[in-house]
Amino acid sequence: MGFPHKPHARETVVLSKYFGDADARTYKGWVKRGGYEMLAQALTMEPAKLIDVVKESGLRGRGGAGFPTGLKWSFMPKEKKKPHYLCVNADESEPGTFKDREIMRWTPHALLEGSAIAAHAIQAEVVYIYIRGEFTEPWTFMDRALADASAAKVFGPIKIYLHRGAGAYICGEETALMNSIEGKRGNPRIKPPFPAAAGVFGMPTTINNVETLAAVPHILKQGAAWYKGLSLSSPKSTGTKLFSVCGHVQKAGNYEVTMGFPLKDLLYELCGGMRPGRTLKACIPGGSSVPILNREETESCLLDYEGVVEKGSMLGSGGVIVFDDSTDMVYQIMRLARFYAHESCAQCTQCREGTAWTTKILERILAGQGKMADLDLLLDLSENMTGKTICVLSDSCAAPVVSGIKRFKNEFEDYIAGRRRPVMVA
Amino acid sequence: MADDLVNLTIDGVPLSVPKGTLVIEAAKQAGVLVPHYCYHPGLPVAGVCRMCLVEIEKAPKLQIACATQVAEGMVVRSQSPVAKQGRTGVLELLLINHPLDCPICDQAGECELQDFTFQEGRPATRYSPDYPKRFNPVEDFGPDVLYVPNRCILCTRCVRFMEDVAKEPVLNVSERGDRAYIGVHPEARLDHPWAGNVVDLCPVGSLLSKDFLHKARAWELDKTASICTGCSQGCNVTLDTRDNVVVRVRPRSNLDVNRYFICDHGRMSYRWMNRGDRIEAPLVQRDGELHATDWDEAFERVATLLRGAGGRAVALVSPKASTEALFLARELFAGLEWTGAFQVVMGEEAPLAGVPNLALRAERAPNAKGAELLGYSRHYAAALAAAESAAIVLVLDEPDLVVRTAGSLIYAGTVLPDGARAAAVVLPIANVAEEDGTFVNRDGRAQRYFQAKPAPGMARPAWWVFSELAAVAGRGEAGRVTSADEAFERLTASVDGLRGLVPA
Repeated sequence: MGFPHKPHARETVVLSKYFGDADARTYKGWVKRGGYEMLAQALTMEPAKLIDVVKESGLRGRGGAGFPTGLKWSFMPKEKKKPHYLCVNADESEPGTFKDREIMRWTPHALLEGSAIAAHAIQAEVVYIYIRGEFTEPWTFMDRALADASAAKVFGPIKIYLHRGAGAYICGEETALMNSIEGKRGNPRIKPPFPAAAGVFGMPTTINNVETLAAVPHILKQGAAWYKGLSLSSPKSTGTKLFSVCGHVQKAGNYEVTMGFPLKDLLYELCGGMRPGRTLKACIPGGSSVPILNREETESCLLDYEGVVEKGSMLGSGGVIVFDDSTDMVYQIMRLARFYAHESCAQCTQCREGTAWTTKILERILAGQGKMADLDLLLDLSENMTGKTICVLSDSCAAPVVSGIKRFKNEFEDYIAGRRRPVMVA
Repeated sequence: MADDLVNLTIDGVPLSVPKGTLVIEAAKQAGVLVPHYCYHPGLPVAGVCRMCLVEIEKAPKLQIACATQVAEGMVVRSQSPVAKQGRTGVLELLLINHPLDCPICDQAGECELQDFTFQEGRPATRYSPDYPKRFNPVEDFGPDVLYVPNRCILCTRCVRFMEDVAKEPVLNVSERGDRAYIGVHPEARLDHPWAGNVVDLCPVGSLLSKDFLHKARAWELDKTASICTGCSQGCNVTLDTRDNVVVRVRPRSNLDVNRYFICDHGRMSYRWMNRGDRIEAPLVQRDGELHATDWDEAFERVATLLRGAGGRAVALVSPKASTEALFLARELFAGLEWTGAFQVVMGEEAPLAGVPNLALRAERAPNAKGAELLGYSRHYAAALAAAESAAIVLVLDEPDLVVRTAGSLIYAGTVLPDGARAAAVVLPIANVAEEDGTFVNRDGRAQRYFQAKPAPGMARPAWWVFSELAAVAGRGEAGRVTSADEAFERLTASVDGLRGLVPA
């Protein structure tokens, strides 16, 4: 990290090395720091060789799904018969996540360089960087960086375009993102066909997250073995990861640690622990879409793909939302459900109707008008909303509800039984 | 051949279907209708309603039958508890915002939401009665289409029809989440010449025909297979009748002619089938006036005229007449010098852009091709001129008749135009809804239509009238025919160009 706090001694700063260093934003400043060397080298390499290096590094998608990046690239047709595209998912809209924002604010050239290398690896001549509409400042820096780097002709034959989203959460879903780029409503598409076969404009496409691509030049520079070595735990989770910590900690912000770092240490050491007099109650480790962990689970959790799954949640995007003992979990879960109800694209029945119904039930419980049967109804409804839709927005609404009821049932029961003063939610 | 077939099992029924077939279509072949809303064979797959969830062995979760292609060795279970539970869940969610106004909804009785809810829905809702349902006011989408958003289940069939089939994308899904509704372009109306199909495509009572609004309940309707008379395309339709009144025309699927659609012109061209001012008895000229009589006298009069006629006979026929009637009418004049002609009303051509070779044709006549094949010509003016000096003129159901002749005029028609008042004999005939018959469309396809309601009074199908006449007058070769089928068999055996045709 380095912004707004000084980097902590236990951080492993790779991507965030120049956060807070305004000179690194400029083209000249970036080149001075060794930028674009790896791109120049990559452009001379065989695409297949590049893919092998990334495969070897163990890099996995940082957007949330954790799919091995090299493997994803290898799905693109080897023999190029149609134009290939790279889409960069910079629509970071997962509540609790703000790592891509910082990468674009401080090191826009890192993203551009990684994107161009990836484009070469998948034989794409066009890159679309889909930037969240609300990201005005990152957009400004990215726009300037792209203009400067393009003027310096560093991208070879590769053409990079910035595409600005209009503020829909669902456009962070890769197929909805492609529809949005095409000028259509941001609705997720049914798969198959998968993007590598028919993506944006019906052409073979790879979609990668900002943080994933920003890591690629480092892997080329320091080697796959180095990256693979940056792991404290599982060999399946390698490298460093930016965690965006927010909520009830003393020092919220982005922290870059190696995979397998203990969540407990992240919260208590790097983030300075809870506010005075408060204790940890719960934590969402990977953005709002993943199940909530309770205190015990949080404090014993290792931050890598496998470690978080072991505790019953997912690493997701690395958006760590921390709740202390002052938190009303029922209210927080309602807020999450309301978000999903607002953002549902309205295609699938379970999501369109289920997210809204879930919200209504939670609001009623908060208003002191709930029934004990509502909890079973919520669980049954969540079951209906899981694994049955085109994308996982519906599942994402169900996850905090199910995990919340499982771990904090007493809080729901307090509202229903009238032991807690009702909250009127508008 | 065998390489292109895929073997699979659906609900225990082993099947071999072509590679690439969707599970939902393969299931139909196993006699299984997987409940669905957004899927329609005439539209691109959307996969959004999630109703057609089925269990597929080895798949980690339920799959939608409409977007899953068959695979070798696939085992599909549509009736397993998990699959049913998945669909019951969808139905429950579809109903939470759906008003239970079936008693006043036009769709009731032919509503897929109703049907599948009865089939596998929950017996009662768990949605609190305290929660309001989504509300949006009724919208006037276009000349014949009303949108009732409260009933909408957002299957997007209408949106996809306008976008991918009509290629005039004026509809969309507006808003998100449970606030979503079908929106119409602010500067456009749903007035495409084929827009009425969205009403048929709508699986619920959300898109309604203004023409049919509150006219009849679906279960009161009798349905008869017919052919549209609106133009020479020959779209297959169903005539919906209630108490012997045609109240609605809907498309009947025929993948070779009209797929699943008909145009609005054809859809709305049915009121004339219910006309009240029909000729209900044969009429004969007596003392300068037409007098009602029985068929025997009428036939005898015509037979006498035919026997006495020497010289030219002219037949002016409607291209809306059945092939059978046109054939038998011609047989009547065997041995005479004969001129037959028809005139075609022309209109604007209106193609359905997304379907090849499908349009509302400029020729607004269902059987012009049939008439042509039978030797009737398009030189109507010449035939009219020839009629002036002809010995006998037969007019078959030409309502705008203006004919002058020195000979005898025989008029066979459904209604009596002024021009027919000078006829020696008037023969009352059935209209297309009242008889069996065949039209030959512009591509030479003979298509059978069936009787949907009785003809008024003594009116009879024209094929029957001409067949009886031929028998009474001793014309024609093989005597009476007793059905349209028989008449068609006879004409395909004897007329070049129609030889060997089988009505489809």
